[in-house]
Amino acid sequence: MLVYLIRRLSQSLLVVAVMATLVFLAVYAVGNPVDILANPDADQQERAAITARLGLDRPLYEQFGVFIWNALHGDLGRSFVYNAPAVDVILERLPATMELALVGLVFSILIGIPLGVLAGLKPESWFGRTIMSGSILGFSLPNFWIGLMLILLFAVELKLLPASGRGPTASVLGFKTAMFTWEGLKHLILPAVTLALYKAALVVRVAQAGTREVMLQDYIRFARAKGLSPLRIVGVHVLKNMMIPVVTVLGLELGSMIAFAVVTESVFAYPGMGKLLIDSINRLDRPIIVAYLMMTVVIFVVINLVVDLLYAAIDPRVRLSDAKG
Amino acid sequence: MAIPVLDVDNLVVSFGTREGELTAVNGVTFQVHAGEVLGLVGESGSGKSVTGLAVMGLIDAPGRIASGSIKLLGEELVGRSERELRAIRGKRIAMIFQDPMTTLNPVLRIDTQMIEAIRAHESVSEKAARDRARQALAQVGIPSPEERLNAYPHQFSGGMRQRVAIATALLNRPAVLVADEPTTALDVTIQAQILAEVQTLAADHGTAMVWITHDLSVVAGLADRIAVMYSGRIVETGPVEGVLDAPIHPYTNGLIGSVPSRNRRGVPLAQIPGMAPSLARVPPGCPFNPRCARATATCRADMPGPTLYEGDRMARCHHPVPAPESAAA
Repeated sequence: MLVYLIRRLSQSLLVVAVMATLVFLAVYAVGNPVDILANPDADQQERAAITARLGLDRPLYEQFGVFIWNALHGDLGRSFVYNAPAVDVILERLPATMELALVGLVFSILIGIPLGVLAGLKPESWFGRTIMSGSILGFSLPNFWIGLMLILLFAVELKLLPASGRGPTASVLGFKTAMFTWEGLKHLILPAVTLALYKAALVVRVAQAGTREVMLQDYIRFARAKGLSPLRIVGVHVLKNMMIPVVTVLGLELGSMIAFAVVTESVFAYPGMGKLLIDSINRLDRPIIVAYLMMTVVIFVVINLVVDLLYAAIDPRVRLSDAKG
Repeated sequence: MAIPVLDVDNLVVSFGTREGELTAVNGVTFQVHAGEVLGLVGESGSGKSVTGLAVMGLIDAPGRIASGSIKLLGEELVGRSERELRAIRGKRIAMIFQDPMTTLNPVLRIDTQMIEAIRAHESVSEKAARDRARQALAQVGIPSPEERLNAYPHQFSGGMRQRVAIATALLNRPAVLVADEPTTALDVTIQAQILAEVQTLAADHGTAMVWITHDLSVVAGLADRIAVMYSGRIVETGPVEGVLDAPIHPYTNGLIGSVPSRNRRGVPLAQIPGMAPSLARVPPGCPFNPRCARATATCRADMPGPTLYEGDRMARCHHPVPAPESAAA
């Protein structure tokens, strides 16, 4: 187990290092931030001063060296726009996005798994077919359109839920979160549903396929031959086997929900990391973009590690002690 | 004579498919008494496994039991509700399957899978059920059963897994055990061990067994009676020595001839030409006629009815195999 963890962590470090290089070079190629930051009336001298202050006058390899050196010390640079450490600016927005992603994840599990299992148990019934066709809708409707329609229906017409923004936060265990206030939850529901719909459709399909496959296995027949109730067969024998592919998909999707909630956050004017990223790209705020992408990489690496550990918890055949693979 | 533990009478199982209604089991009749082992023999697709599943009440749509009766100690099972069947399954009739690598759930521990089999039928404490599971494992010859209860299926070899499955099936002391080729996937040495153990267990508990197999040598050592199935019908049945020594039906004769034997070294194996017919294209008359050396015009026109022979035997054939010359001489 420990050997496995160490090996995984060293692999992860390599991924982060490669990613740092790529991200830095790519962002460098995007454009000159001084064009946007400097006052349009600024003369040559002022522009040179800004360039020098931001360290952009130095050659590429030197900038890269400084970036790596600072990154190793936990410093991903200062935002050009906010004039604060980039990591702090992002971390300030992180709880809002995490909340959104977690609530979205819960929604997609609550919607996706039961529907997928039901559809998998009776794939030929009208019920199973309806769920599967419905999931295609969930896939193919564009995210922003769903968001707008939900706002129209629940905020504008029915006036049940707020249309945008984040609710008031309360401090729980030292975190400022809006998840535990009624007003905060109301603000979360629409964006979370928007975010969850696509994932739920994905979970439905994976769960349906998994359930169909598991139902044909000999051990299900043997379980029936033991005289077990359908509830026990589905709830224990099928569910635990079927969860293996679902966990994989959910893990990857949770990462993308945190990192790429950009569209949803923009539609709902939700003050999360995604909106920050869009704003920063518009302003060519290089340190924020780089720091954001670096954090995304770290988040994905961590989630993948957690998924692997979850596998071991679900599937005894993947106990991680044998690190030979 | 006591009433048979399992009494199957004129059982017909059919499957609704696009090509119409296909009959997988067509009028099968047999009885098994307490402590008796019936060997149900046939090629793939002869309907032997479907017969076993029908006894369990595990025929799934599009299949159904079209007619006939299955009686457990005189009690009719056909037409019972799913709930009633569930109370019988695993409790009074148990079943084990062919592939031990896939009959145990890979993600659940052995104790979970054994305890649930007990608690599905009796309200006993977790601990009492666990004790019974441990004893059952010890009975089928699994060393250090207490530790093995905490193991997962992948930590067992194939033979050990089949022992676990057998122990699980016998947990509730069923009156009938249906065994669907449980030793086919195992090495011969392990097969022999398991056969011996099952024989002892069945004799001790007085369990009636239906042992489904395509392997005549298994039947020869284990069964009391044998029923040979072909294309959904029992074509010959009788006590195992009688049938194996002097088969009446040419198909039985062919099956016996296809088994390699050290008494006939150097002689080419007798084969049955062709393949068992698909359910969708059962030939008219006797379904075996296209592969039978003894077939005549009668065989191509009429399905032979059951004929009773001496020594408690039955066969369905217009041209039975004459008694072996060597026996007469």
